[in-house]
Amino acid sequence: MTGATPRRDWLLHLAVIALLFGVQFVLPAYHYSNVSKIMVMASFAIGYNILIGYTGLLSLGHAMFFAAGLYGAGLTVHHLGFDPLSGFLAGLLAALCLSVAIGLVALRTAGVSFMIVTLMFAQAGYLLTLYFGEFTRGDEGFVLKENLLRVVVGDTGFNLIDPAARYNLALLLFTVCLLGSLVLVRSAVGRVLIAVRENEQRTAMLGYNAFLYKLLALVISGTMSGAAGATYALLFTYVGATFAAIQYSILPLLWVLLGGAGTTLGPLLGTLLMFYLVDVSSGQTSSYMLLVGAALIILVLWAPKGILGTLREKRIPWLP
Amino acid sequence: MTLLVTSELSRRFGGLNAVDQVSLVLDRGEIRAIIGPNGAGKTTLVSMICGRIAPSSGGIAFEDQDITGMRPWHRVRHGIVYTFQITSIFGNLSCFDNVALAAQRSDTWATGRWWPRGHGHLAETVLAVLNRVGLSGRAAARASTLSYGHQRLLEVAIGLALKPKLLILDEPTQGLAEDEIVSFCALTRDIAREATVLLIEHNMPVVMEIADRVTVMENGRILAEGSPAEIRADAQVQKAYFGT
Repeated sequence: MTGATPRRDWLLHLAVIALLFGVQFVLPAYHYSNVSKIMVMASFAIGYNILIGYTGLLSLGHAMFFAAGLYGAGLTVHHLGFDPLSGFLAGLLAALCLSVAIGLVALRTAGVSFMIVTLMFAQAGYLLTLYFGEFTRGDEGFVLKENLLRVVVGDTGFNLIDPAARYNLALLLFTVCLLGSLVLVRSAVGRVLIAVRENEQRTAMLGYNAFLYKLLALVISGTMSGAAGATYALLFTYVGATFAAIQYSILPLLWVLLGGAGTTLGPLLGTLLMFYLVDVSSGQTSSYMLLVGAALIILVLWAPKGILGTLREKRIPWLP
Repeated sequence: MTLLVTSELSRRFGGLNAVDQVSLVLDRGEIRAIIGPNGAGKTTLVSMICGRIAPSSGGIAFEDQDITGMRPWHRVRHGIVYTFQITSIFGNLSCFDNVALAAQRSDTWATGRWWPRGHGHLAETVLAVLNRVGLSGRAAARASTLSYGHQRLLEVAIGLALKPKLLILDEPTQGLAEDEIVSFCALTRDIAREATVLLIEHNMPVVMEIADRVTVMENGRILAEGSPAEIRADAQVQKAYFGT
């Protein structure tokens, strides 16, 4: 991790992006839609990974950031008639403000207390979406109308829910998040975040205000999660309270742990595998969560650092 | 020229006076050793100087500036650097990254910018520091794979990369082999040409060889202070510390 081989890991990441771009021409329709969804959720996981994987902060409340983006975009487009781009920016801004506010409070705690505080805030956020049911329609949620999602570029235009537009916009979001996280962890700031993860006390004695760096990590992480939420609302049109519930705080944790916390590509791999594990097993049995649980137990027992984390330890030490 | 002054600095832990009204004056450029039996308050004293522990009463002035309430990371910026008694390098990072963390910090301070200068510049600084402590061949090695003696050297390298005015070394030779101690003494003398060194040390031959002045602590108080020769001759010190 000396940063001596920056070219090799850039090539790897660009190859992954190129692969995702390429497979859209061969994927059958069903998987085409799945991979679009996976790329958005993987962006959520990349945001989560910046906090847990590179800064060592375990949040149990990331659903609130995802939901802030989701509702920030969904509500403004649905009720206020924002165009999709403005809606996206509104979602991004909502997640940014929320993560600054939550960070200033929650980062006064650490370890288990931090987990509990973030969990409580996320629950409060979930209950708020139900409380304002008049606008959010609570659990039932609402669907963005097709005519609101039309984007006009010059003389032509396209609709966000058009499969090809959806796939490539999801890929664009994913590309920005993935390369953004690579730049971050390879930068001087990323080195400090890792140092905070490894030994916060020592980092302070190197002249760093650890609180500020943790706040920065939380804001980047929350905003990225919000960007994924906003994109989800705009591309998949459904906005509902499920996405603010605890399930969506736990899922990014599982995705990241499966793929490898503290690896840039781990979130994508984890999301992809978990998605298809659920997809395949739910076709076979109604108790598919049992299989997911079993997979996670196997992971914890034999590869506690996740797939790419273990691979980095055993075979490819230059993996970022 | 005076670098650091502590005035009646005290720290109580419950009913225990770990450090009790210690007034210490450090001159610029000296190597000062603090000796004393376990529990004498040496580590507590230097922890207050570097800001890891807040004093119960008393004050600290560094370069004529009151730093008593200053946060530890600001003190590092002013040049007070502490190297830990229990080696606390970043074991999962490479030696390069360990030193780079410190070097990029002092680089942003030197330039007044938010961002350190490019990777090439940073690498040059880091390798120079590693070379100075004799670890130049180990830049890419994971820090936890180093031998104990090398880990101690890395700890010092991290401290040096912060460009200290006052470098506090807490029991640096503990656990080192005989030949490692010899080269460590040479390194410390080399460091002292541009920084003041405050050293907590149990190894008396080391203290006698490299310290300009020695402060003896017992039960949180300063028992005696003087040149190594004076301390060796002091009857009170002999009674308290050497047990004869």
